[in-house]
Amino acid sequence: MMDKSIVGKTGKPFSMPIEWGKVREFARAVRDPNPVYFDPELAKKECGGVPIPVTFLQTSAFWQTAESMPPLDMFDMRRILHGEQEFEFFKPILVGDTLTGVARVADIYEKEGGRGGKMTFLAVETTYTNQRNEKVARARFVLVETGQAVGG
Amino acid sequence: MASKLKFDTVKVGDPIPTVKIDNVARPDFVRYAGASGDFVPLHYDQTFVEAAGIPTVFAQGMWTAGCLSRCLTDFAGAGQVRHFKVRFARQVWPGDTLTCRGTVTAKNEANGEKLVEGELEVVNQKGEATVKGAFRVAAA
Repeated sequence: MMDKSIVGKTGKPFSMPIEWGKVREFARAVRDPNPVYFDPELAKKECGGVPIPVTFLQTSAFWQTAESMPPLDMFDMRRILHGEQEFEFFKPILVGDTLTGVARVADIYEKEGGRGGKMTFLAVETTYTNQRNEKVARARFVLVETGQAVGG
Repeated sequence: MASKLKFDTVKVGDPIPTVKIDNVARPDFVRYAGASGDFVPLHYDQTFVEAAGIPTVFAQGMWTAGCLSRCLTDFAGAGQVRHFKVRFARQVWPGDTLTCRGTVTAKNEANGEKLVEGELEVVNQKGEATVKGAFRVAAA
């Protein structure tokens, strides 16, 4: 059921250290051979340090506890699809940084589904600051609760 | 660090570098699960997906998006991406071959930076879009 009152609710801030091993592993996983992720000397010359792959902030899954997620328990996770994902970057993020993320419910709305049945959309935004308290990035995802099980 | 993309020479309508992903395979999804922390079983647990009536495991949308994002760092350089947005249109299955590509749609300046914007897509071997997206990168 849709509950508009959750808009604006935030999770507890969570800490996310940016580690080289995890960056390398992630770059390999998305088949990205760019040497800046694998050669710290080269990365220092080209980027001032080892940068993160564009979608690396997805690894916040390892650092966010249940408390640092906004409350989502009204959703039926068997009928959830990841509809959209967006990243904005304001400052460089490099290996050695420690980010602090705060997740917030940005929006919730309903639409009629194509095959009948209501679909509920939930947008969650996470804002990241670094150890110098600079705002470095914003991530936003939209989850869709469909009328039926996913994948069919 | 300066972008390797030259603002003055890039034109609206220009293609950005294409990335080809040959032979998508189950180990890609397992590796991505471990790398990203996305352990939704739809992407690696065959028993689970069959019980749900789905023929086989399929790719995490964000795995495909990660493959797509390489077009941008190949285009402008790592650390030059300012905005990346994707919408998931269709599942990616084991055995698929993907083409990640994009086109420049606008050039502008904001906050003292020269910026290049465009649209993105990942298509499978049948020409169907699996991911659609948009980007903004910094240019020099």
